[in-house]
Amino acid sequence: MPSDAALSFSALNAFYGDSHILHDVSLEVAPGRILALLGRNGAGKTTCMNALAGLLTSRTGRILLNGRDISAFSPEAICRAGLALVPQGRRIFRSLSVEENLAVARCPRPPDGRVAWTDEDIYGLFPRLKERRRHPAGLMSGGEQQMLAIGRALVTAPRVLLMDEPTEGLAPQIVAEVGGIVGRLRAAGLSVILVEQHMAFALKLADEVVVISTGRVVDKAPASAFQADPARLEEHLGVH
Amino acid sequence: MFWINGFLNSFAFGAILFLLAVGFSLIFGLMRVANLAHGALFMLGGYIATSAVGLGFAGAVLVAGAACAVFGGILERTLIRRLAGRELAQVLGTLGLAFIIADQCLLVWSGDPIAQPAPEALRGAVGFGGIVFPAYRLALVALALVAFVGIWALVERTTLGARIRAAVDDREMARAMGIPVSRLFTTVFCLGAGLAGIGGALAAPIMSVYPGLDSEMLPLALLVVILGGIGSLTGALAGSLVIGLVYTFGQMLLPDLAYVILFLPMVVVLAVRPQGFFGRQAA
Repeated sequence: MPSDAALSFSALNAFYGDSHILHDVSLEVAPGRILALLGRNGAGKTTCMNALAGLLTSRTGRILLNGRDISAFSPEAICRAGLALVPQGRRIFRSLSVEENLAVARCPRPPDGRVAWTDEDIYGLFPRLKERRRHPAGLMSGGEQQMLAIGRALVTAPRVLLMDEPTEGLAPQIVAEVGGIVGRLRAAGLSVILVEQHMAFALKLADEVVVISTGRVVDKAPASAFQADPARLEEHLGVH
Repeated sequence: MFWINGFLNSFAFGAILFLLAVGFSLIFGLMRVANLAHGALFMLGGYIATSAVGLGFAGAVLVAGAACAVFGGILERTLIRRLAGRELAQVLGTLGLAFIIADQCLLVWSGDPIAQPAPEALRGAVGFGGIVFPAYRLALVALALVAFVGIWALVERTTLGARIRAAVDDREMARAMGIPVSRLFTTVFCLGAGLAGIGGALAAPIMSVYPGLDSEMLPLALLVVILGGIGSLTGALAGSLVIGLVYTFGQMLLPDLAYVILFLPMVVVLAVRPQGFFGRQAA
């Protein structure tokens, strides 16, 4: 495993109670790259994200963030080490205002050259959040909540961003906007693992694509290979 | 005169109840722990203040508050966090703690009630337009309002408070965003225990301190929290005021029915509006 990966993990196994969900999943993402994690419903994509973020404690395997072993870290320590989650269903703090959502997650002086994001940086990406900065986050639209979930992850000064279905339930125009933002984050040097149902969106953005099925990696290739050969994805994702 | 005095006594008692109940409510709202040792911490604060009165009244109150805060923090770190998510274990564990604390108080301070003189500056009475109020009770009401504003500012206007609210909204996501939820829990528990201790110390001049004070006050704190709504600061204030009035006037007018009058509003509220006056609907 090359040590220059932003995030790499090997032999990741995860469990919900007695059921074994992830089987020896190994992946790595280089700095400034976007890796799309695709698979059918129930394939284990969200489990994988939650296991990486430390929310699922029943897991084994080795997780290296920038070469540092974070396998045994608590969720808060994982976040402080530079791995941030944009969770499925957004899960913004509903009773807090937009500003407060950003304030509670902020890492003001990130170590080792990680980029500190100010409120103004976030509002630069999402001008609509600035207009709504004193609104209770729970009363905003789904698209605005998604922007806030991304902003909230960014103020933790991550190296690697885990995005779990960021386009779920959003209008096409907002989906395009989110896509543009993800592209800008890559340009800023962030690595992203993107879980998506929306195949076209994922293939357009991603550098690499990994397909999982029933908790195992079944295919792995540059996004261009999947774009050139749509049948290859269909094999794993199509409804049989 | 009867009515005016009754109201002032109600407000003073409500002020004491607020200091007791607000910590209970915050701890329950954030940590989902019904800390049944909260009444014992109140009594402990009262006893400590009677022993520390040599430092002056204010000094004794602060010592009682600090001692209860530290003690509460130790309890949270060593015992209460091990019971997370197990309601029955929490009830039995904190109730057991309450018995142990009460028993140790009996050992140290004996079974006789201990009277605590009010601070000298507040022993007199204040007259407004021919009506005379005991100064200490007025000061209690003012102190409770200061505590309310202080806690409100802490919870609503600081990043610490926003983090507490974030943890109440979604504890798991708060951790995933790097918020040290475990340390927040200890902080809130210390704060609640410290306020209970201060409440006990401030109550001593009007109620004195005696064995059984803990089990007399705890149900009242529960009532306040049920009426006002769990985790709600405004609810704790409103609930304390209502229970202070009902308790005081109940004792004055219908002493035989004091408990019926006290618990009847709770039954009605639980039936009609189970989340309390200011509580949020359960998610």
